[in-house]
Amino acid sequence: MHPVSTIARYVLIEARRSALPWLALVAIAIALALASFVSRVAITEGQQLRAVTGAALLRLCAVFFVAVHVAASMVRESADKTMDLVLSQPVSRSAYYIGKLAGFAACGALLSAFLSLPLLLWSAPAAVAGWAFSLAAESVLVAATCLFFAITLTQALPALAATAGLYLLARSLAAMQAIATWPLVSKRPLQEFAGWAIDLVGLLMPRLDAVTRSDWLAYGLPAAADYARALAGIAVFIALVTAAGMVDFQRRNL
Amino acid sequence: MNGEQQPLGAVPLRLWAALAISLALQVVWQASRPAPSFSARDLPPAPRPYALRLASLGESAAAARLLMLYLQAFDYGGANTIPYQKLDYDRLIEWLRAIEDLDPRSDYPLFSAARVYAENPDPAKARAMLEFIYEKFLEDPNRRWPWLAHAALLAKFRLKDLALARRYAASVQRHATAPNVPLWAKQMEIFIAEDMNELEAAKIMLGGLLESGKIRDPEEARFLQRRLEELERQINKPLSSKSLR
Repeated sequence: MHPVSTIARYVLIEARRSALPWLALVAIAIALALASFVSRVAITEGQQLRAVTGAALLRLCAVFFVAVHVAASMVRESADKTMDLVLSQPVSRSAYYIGKLAGFAACGALLSAFLSLPLLLWSAPAAVAGWAFSLAAESVLVAATCLFFAITLTQALPALAATAGLYLLARSLAAMQAIATWPLVSKRPLQEFAGWAIDLVGLLMPRLDAVTRSDWLAYGLPAAADYARALAGIAVFIALVTAAGMVDFQRRNL
Repeated sequence: MNGEQQPLGAVPLRLWAALAISLALQVVWQASRPAPSFSARDLPPAPRPYALRLASLGESAAAARLLMLYLQAFDYGGANTIPYQKLDYDRLIEWLRAIEDLDPRSDYPLFSAARVYAENPDPAKARAMLEFIYEKFLEDPNRRWPWLAHAALLAKFRLKDLALARRYAASVQRHATAPNVPLWAKQMEIFIAEDMNELEAAKIMLGGLLESGKIRDPEEARFLQRRLEELERQINKPLSSKSLR
């Protein structure tokens, strides 16, 4: 078996033996309870309310679980020298990195598919399928980003903080760009500079506000071209962060 | 139990006692606090739409609906006999406007405006809400006509302002031209001018809404049915007392 698939397989085995499946079940139970609560107090759009609040919660859970799992797994592997042991075998650093990423990506995709199941209670299957696929892509992006930070920063807390910061920025950047171009904002040099800085950051960031949107479950999926464009942006960023991570990993003294 | 853990009996009794006392203290402390409810004066100024958009992290549909649940809790709970009576309607309308901006495809803000807030017994507050509905109707008449149609009924029967009712009715008739708009709405001016009581008009309107497929949500259907029953009770009450005499 190729080293990449062997490493990926062990990542999946580790995830299965961790608390991740149980956490996913708890997340589903909480989402169902939240949906039941909001439907009791809603006077209209009850079905949509259940779908969008459940989806928003499950999306956050998926992303959080994947990030914590990646950071904890990589830091533990580095601390107990498993990484050194694997790399002392005829396994290249690139194969190790790609194997880890493939394993975490598969884990994120499976988790996303599982967490999307309760949404079938409240939304059309096609909308849920589109949302679930988008969540899987988002989870892979978070796994790739957290893997990059865990390899680079070597500690769990900084890796998680950096991943959370990038994720929140990527989800709010479009709103920040819209605010910066608001016509009533005074155009002083400092504001102009802030606007350019936000635009510059926007060039390096994925547009996470455009994917896995809960309104897809309420109003249907966007046009196929828009959906594909949003997911293509995610794929491009995954390639970027993976390349950056591999460059850093190659340079590292082990 | 995990094999790495000591049995429960290994924990000293004083630690169990400390745990039990602190747990009891926590429960007593929380139980002694009054149940939280939002009074009318607690309603803060509405946030700017861009601030809401930023805070929603791209989940505008979920944020808009959760904000509606938050908003509808003000001046409603506790010993409040007339809900929303003390609410600052200027502030409330700013909130509804901000939420509607956040997710313009949601019907929740206009549904609440027409079916909950515009039914306030204070005529000034009701008028302010009806004008908000009218303003929002003009932005998307073929989707929002049910709310202005209801506003026309409220203007006629609750405010007794036939001129206002006719203005709204004429606007529905002129702007709501989609094929799924029922005939009575397309002839709204005649409908408003007809000599019928509020219950009859409300029944025709509800039937038309159900027929046109506008009401698909079970919560909404139940809410409207309840409202209709309340209206029926209110209208029949004086009649039955008269018949008893």
